[in-house]
Amino acid sequence: MASAETTLLEAGTGNQVRITRIEVQGVMRRRLLDLGFVPGNRIEVLQKSPLGDPIAFRVNNTTIALRSEESSQIWGERIGE
Amino acid sequence: MRSYTIALAGNPNTGKSTLFNALTGLRQHTGNWAGKTVTSAEGFFEYDDASFRIVDLPGTYSLYSNSTDEEAARDYIIFENPDVTIVILDATSLERNLNLALQVLEMTNRVVVCINLMDEARRLGIKIDLKKMQEKLGVPTVAISARSKKGIDELLKQVMLVASGAVVPSPISITYSEEIEKKIAAIEPQVREMFGTHLPSRWIALRLLDDDESLLTSLKKWLQRDQNAASRKEVLQYGETACH
Repeated sequence: MASAETTLLEAGTGNQVRITRIEVQGVMRRRLLDLGFVPGNRIEVLQKSPLGDPIAFRVNNTTIALRSEESSQIWGERIGE
Repeated sequence: MRSYTIALAGNPNTGKSTLFNALTGLRQHTGNWAGKTVTSAEGFFEYDDASFRIVDLPGTYSLYSNSTDEEAARDYIIFENPDVTIVILDATSLERNLNLALQVLEMTNRVVVCINLMDEARRLGIKIDLKKMQEKLGVPTVAISARSKKGIDELLKQVMLVASGAVVPSPISITYSEEIEKKIAAIEPQVREMFGTHLPSRWIALRLLDDDESLLTSLKKWLQRDQNAASRKEVLQYGETACH
């Protein structure tokens, strides 16, 4: 069964997500693509900061923290469930 | 003695400066280039009866996100036209590093790819098929360990071959969607008319399609610089005829 699409914001700590699309626009979109947030790439949700924002993600062997403004606009499918 | 200019590009923390120091020893100073406040190390060395000027560009993940560092690195490669650009990659994080390599390969074919931190990668159990990478990228690809100075000779050999024109690499060409390719085909002839062979027309067409305003600003500056140079030349020629 194909898992439902989720945003990185709602993917949940400890889960892995395969990116399907990025709705962020402009220079930030370019920056995210450069950092490895590209469709098909696997992202792991590492941890939330105490107030829930930002959230740390593991992408291409590097930890990147995103604010909810960005992580709510990146979509993917949970894998390994 | 022949002299060549080399640009050194790469992600942050890939050992760019270590390689730079290994190549130049203590003969280095800080320099900057036209219109930029971003400074970058510049040094000199000799190899095989040629002298090389090497410019250590700011470490960046990309050349397209339009931070000052990235603009400086991009403008150097496009407008200063170095004889060779060395793209240094971190062997332990190739996926991310190849992003920059591909961007540079779209800008110029005179590239040598240099994979650093090979010792570290081996320790982590990462195996890299150099031959295959070279085939896929279409440019000379060498492995080094800058810290222990392994592979530097082979790197310099390849740099020399590309600088002298003995090797003319034909890098991988990225084909975009039909829609984008159609638009490139529509724009590129006009770009070529404006910039001739001085600047890479396909790459500029792509940047224009991406609405890269920062590049537009740099292009305008370059055109002005070019026109100034041309008008100076005309005055000189006029002066010569006046003497007769």
